[in-house]
Amino acid sequence: MVKSIIFKIAIYVLVILGAIGMIMPFFWMVSTSLKDINSIFVIPPQWIPRPCHWENYKKVFELLNFGRYYLNTVIVTAGRVIGMFFTCTMAGYAFARLKFPGRNVLFFMLLSSLMIPFEVLMVPTFMLIRNLHWINTYQALIVPQALGAFGGVFNIFLMKQFFSTIPKEMEEAAIIEGASPFRIFWSIMLPLVKPALAALLIFTFTSAWNDFTYPLIVTNTDNMKVLSLGIAGFKGFREGMTQWNLMMAASTVSILPVVGIFIFAQKYFIEGITTTGLKG
Amino acid sequence: MKRMRYKHQQWLWGYLLILPALIGFFVFMLYPMFTGVYLSFTAWGGFGPVKWVGLENWIKLLHDKHFLKAVWNTVYYTLGILAIGVPLALLLALLLNQKFLRGRNFFRAVYYLPVISMMVAVSMLWKWLLSPNHGLVNYFLGFIGLPKINWLLDPRWAMPGLILMSIWKGTGFNMVIFLAGLQGIPKMYYEAAEIDGANSWHKFRYVTLPLLSPTTYFIVITTMIHSFQIFQQAYILTEGGPREATTTIVYYIYKNAFEWFQMGYACTQAVLLLVILVLATLFQQWLQKRWVFYG
Repeated sequence: MVKSIIFKIAIYVLVILGAIGMIMPFFWMVSTSLKDINSIFVIPPQWIPRPCHWENYKKVFELLNFGRYYLNTVIVTAGRVIGMFFTCTMAGYAFARLKFPGRNVLFFMLLSSLMIPFEVLMVPTFMLIRNLHWINTYQALIVPQALGAFGGVFNIFLMKQFFSTIPKEMEEAAIIEGASPFRIFWSIMLPLVKPALAALLIFTFTSAWNDFTYPLIVTNTDNMKVLSLGIAGFKGFREGMTQWNLMMAASTVSILPVVGIFIFAQKYFIEGITTTGLKG
Repeated sequence: MKRMRYKHQQWLWGYLLILPALIGFFVFMLYPMFTGVYLSFTAWGGFGPVKWVGLENWIKLLHDKHFLKAVWNTVYYTLGILAIGVPLALLLALLLNQKFLRGRNFFRAVYYLPVISMMVAVSMLWKWLLSPNHGLVNYFLGFIGLPKINWLLDPRWAMPGLILMSIWKGTGFNMVIFLAGLQGIPKMYYEAAEIDGANSWHKFRYVTLPLLSPTTYFIVITTMIHSFQIFQQAYILTEGGPREATTTIVYYIYKNAFEWFQMGYACTQAVLLLVILVLATLFQQWLQKRWVFYG
């Protein structure tokens, strides 16, 4: 009895210590972002900033082109999410419910492209985007991913899994009434996979918002930078005294939207991951 | 009659509905992949004509000490993640899987938070945490009586610094997968083991571990493939330094292509990386047959 209580306490202690280890960096990020430049270097560290310098956040948007980066990120993310929604639900439905010649071969082909990471295609992709005259354009940042390139196939797989679980009877009646496959897809099947749609939207939002390597390759002007590139651009600050407080403020605003969505939709995140066992 | 018509409509709609995905695949993945293989046999500076050089890049690559160093750095990083990150994810999953634990969803969310956070932003955060004189990590080390470490400025410690950060960033993902695997193990195996008088260690060793091995296999292979592509951390935290200590394969490819404008040579490295990844997958599948237990 005593032994089992000690065991339980030990488990709780470990779980809580681990959680503190995970949260502490975030806490320190926010704390640093609210300090003035002198108090960030104080030892022992000042956990709660006094006073709170909220103007750091204003400074981030004034000193740099941060507002523009933010706008770009919102545009690119919105474009990719909308495109992916159609590309992935349509393809997922077709692969799961429609019979047509070559279906399995085509699906296998798409699936095998998950083995090719974007990092391997950096140079030829740069060449292609340049030949299309798309360098520093929104279409370069949106179109390939909206069509499911570079990892989007994962979401097709996710949607196929969910569409496959729906019993046949659901579409039988509609077929007899003469509805077309598209009509069945749009009005009957899509509403039935709402939890999967939530997972799809969250995954595509997260990966588009956080993307770094691809925008790094296809853009080079300050006006076309997305947030991740903007933050990486802070590297120039490093010579002399680094303004860690501003940098942490920039990091905080960049992480915040995804964290917000995660807190509200945690359930769908976890369901999506464990259903497919793959990363979004 | 209507059923017959539906059957034919399926063909048309089937192709129409997968068309966007197919265009994305052919134009933005397959075509670049073939271009990449072609470019690996050429000299191309990013501008002007592409010059065929045959096997020259490949021969150069075999003698490139810097590339070898990059391969070693990548292997070092991958081994670090596999040796520390994966067992840690399993440990966390085992802890969270305890029936009596309250607030499991809360803790799972907390452990998962770094996974969804922007890599560039958390890399900046860790650059600050690992700062030698004012960083929180060294402050804690001092607190328990350990000497300060020059993390990102010391060639010996730069890579462990990257590994530390990446474990913090990625462990939550593997933990969620392990947790799902643990919850998929039927209770009757544990009950049977208890009747045979097994203690906790026996249950872990002879029930959990073998029945979890498909999940473990999956995690090891995906983690390995993922680790081989490490780039952003090296780009932000160390720019490949100090003294090439954190120049990984992808970072070296990036530098060749977009800083030194040796695009053809960069493609040669990229093709080799792809071959390594595919071979690793095949090797893992061979290994899987030998130690994965399917219940």
